[in-house]
Amino acid sequence: MSSILVQVIVGGLLLGAVYALFSSGLTLIWGMMNVVNFAHGDFVMLGMYVAFMVWTLLGVGPFVGAPVAALVLATVGVIVYFGLIRSVMKGPMLAQILGTFGLALLLRYSVFWAFGANFLTLPGDLVGGTYDVLGIKLQASRLLAGVVALLVTLGLHLLLTRTSLGSKMLAVSEDATAAQLMGIRPDSMQAIAWAIAAGATGLAGALIATFFYIAPTVGETLGIVAFVTVSLGGFGSVPGALVAGLLIGVIESVSAYWIGAVYKDIVVYSLFLCFLWFRPQGLMGKM
Amino acid sequence: MRLKHIAGLLSAAAMSVALAGGASAQQAVKIGVVFPLSGNAASAGVHGKAAIETAVEIINTGSGGLGNLPLTSNAGLKGLGGAKIEVVFADNQGSPAVGQNQALRLITEEKVVALAGAYQSGITLTASAIAEKYGIPFVNGESVAANLTERGFKWFFRVTPVASDFAKIYLEFLKDMKAGGIKTDNVAIVHENTEYGTSVASVITSVFKENGLSIALDIPYAANTTDVQSQVLQLKDKKPDVVIMVSYTSDAILYAKTMQALDYKPPMIIADNSGFSDPSFIKTAGKLTQGLFNRSSFAIGAKGTPTFLINEMYKKKSGGDDLDDTAARQMQGFFVLAEAIDRAGSTDPAKIQAALKATDLKPDQLIMGYKGVKFDDKGQNVLAAGLVIQLQDGENYVPVWPKQLAKTAPALPYKGW
Repeated sequence: MSSILVQVIVGGLLLGAVYALFSSGLTLIWGMMNVVNFAHGDFVMLGMYVAFMVWTLLGVGPFVGAPVAALVLATVGVIVYFGLIRSVMKGPMLAQILGTFGLALLLRYSVFWAFGANFLTLPGDLVGGTYDVLGIKLQASRLLAGVVALLVTLGLHLLLTRTSLGSKMLAVSEDATAAQLMGIRPDSMQAIAWAIAAGATGLAGALIATFFYIAPTVGETLGIVAFVTVSLGGFGSVPGALVAGLLIGVIESVSAYWIGAVYKDIVVYSLFLCFLWFRPQGLMGKM
Repeated sequence: MRLKHIAGLLSAAAMSVALAGGASAQQAVKIGVVFPLSGNAASAGVHGKAAIETAVEIINTGSGGLGNLPLTSNAGLKGLGGAKIEVVFADNQGSPAVGQNQALRLITEEKVVALAGAYQSGITLTASAIAEKYGIPFVNGESVAANLTERGFKWFFRVTPVASDFAKIYLEFLKDMKAGGIKTDNVAIVHENTEYGTSVASVITSVFKENGLSIALDIPYAANTTDVQSQVLQLKDKKPDVVIMVSYTSDAILYAKTMQALDYKPPMIIADNSGFSDPSFIKTAGKLTQGLFNRSSFAIGAKGTPTFLINEMYKKKSGGDDLDDTAARQMQGFFVLAEAIDRAGSTDPAKIQAALKATDLKPDQLIMGYKGVKFDDKGQNVLAAGLVIQLQDGENYVPVWPKQLAKTAPALPYKGW
């Protein structure tokens, strides 16, 4: 294998880890309460702007920016849950879809109004430059995002499967009324789920901002990938999103290199549809 | 008594509506402008809007001091008794379908007498088709896709130089560089896959081929992509002498960042305007792309010159950004339209169309470095021209070619970061 091809695959894996990172929040919300959050891409965007603000105001990088973004977005998540989701969940499915879609536009154009249409970036060396490992270039900022993606996935998985909070959250998602009879408050559990999901998404945004451009519309570009990752991985499955993200990243990179960049989406989406044909619940989703 | 009172009020209201309607129809000339004010090209659209607003302010106040630039020495349009220009902006959201709907709305509901815009070639294509159908003049200052003026349209006028003009400039520039001992045999072209990127790439390829220079590597990619590592690695693998890039802003920034991350520096990069001319590209990625060549038809000029003064006015509306080539071409397009309306002395679309056909502006009547403005039967300005500029310090483009217009010599090889 040529060293360029190894570089393509490594690049694809790092890209895929990033896809997984910003998809985990989306899959969690779906698994917990069957709500598809169309504002998800715009949560990523908000995380990016928080990281940018932290850097502009305090002059520090993602090691401060990412936790701050996670906190800010967790707060946003709770506000969104109580202000919007709790009411629209009582309505028909269409109300949920349009509700979060409206939220997406509100967030996008609020940022547009506050920051303008200009593209912004963080300095490229904020996380450290590029490492050369046996001729393979590893960008520190992408590597960090990849490592955090693994940690977040692992953390969320352990939280849901090994802690009493996780059990309570799963109980609510299985049967809210029964959970309530057991003394669990569905409202608090769902608000916590939104806080965790939005917080993880904010963290993702802050890390992606170290190597991507920041613009009010960036949520559009990234949001679609998140939906594909989540449906391939299985709605509600956090480890599924990780595997799906890595798969999509590598398939994109290799097909863009071998067949051509303009065809990579055709390759990815045909494989995606074929896969769903045989396994509509996704890689690790439940029927 | 009460009924009479109400009837009186109603008739007074009706009269005032009629008066107001009549007054605005006589005094304000309504022009519709379609730009990407949201979506991924919003940065370019917002700068374009500031350029048009500057032009409107210059025309409507007419404070003079701008040399021979038409419409600048008296308030409003002289040919229409000092009528003011009123611009109705519409957002194309980066979508050809939305751009078309907005053009329709501007014509049928806002009753504009002419249209301008729409930045992206693919949207200019659809929006101008509506103008053609309704018989409304459409003046484009910035879209370069070749086929826009190949449709046999009677109401479409394009002021900017087009892809084939620039392909010839690149060709001559490369020949000149080759004569100076620089390797230019192996050319790669990286372009996005909408109307703009596809058509510019195919024109460059065919012009180069006609002149015995082949494009060794053609890399099309889907616009607004999330990742460009594979494209950069393809380039790194094939090692072209010259890379020509045709991209909008978001992708342009990604390419700049990815090239740095993968440590790839081609010996020479020529960027085809648009994304690489966006002030927000220069601010975010200029320092990563030092030595990048680009095309332009605009220079801000020395202190006190009309273009310098216009730039000062523009900066107040753009939040401090300088007038870039794209926004300047949009402004020039708008001036050409306004000058034609003034000369037509009427808001009748057919008379404006006739005036546009008779347009004959000289270089000193323009803000751009064109040899003039004169339309052929297809509606293309045959006197449009341009030059090669270089982002030598990563902050400002300077003219480097042809020699008689250059401020400094081209610096090679490409420096990057």
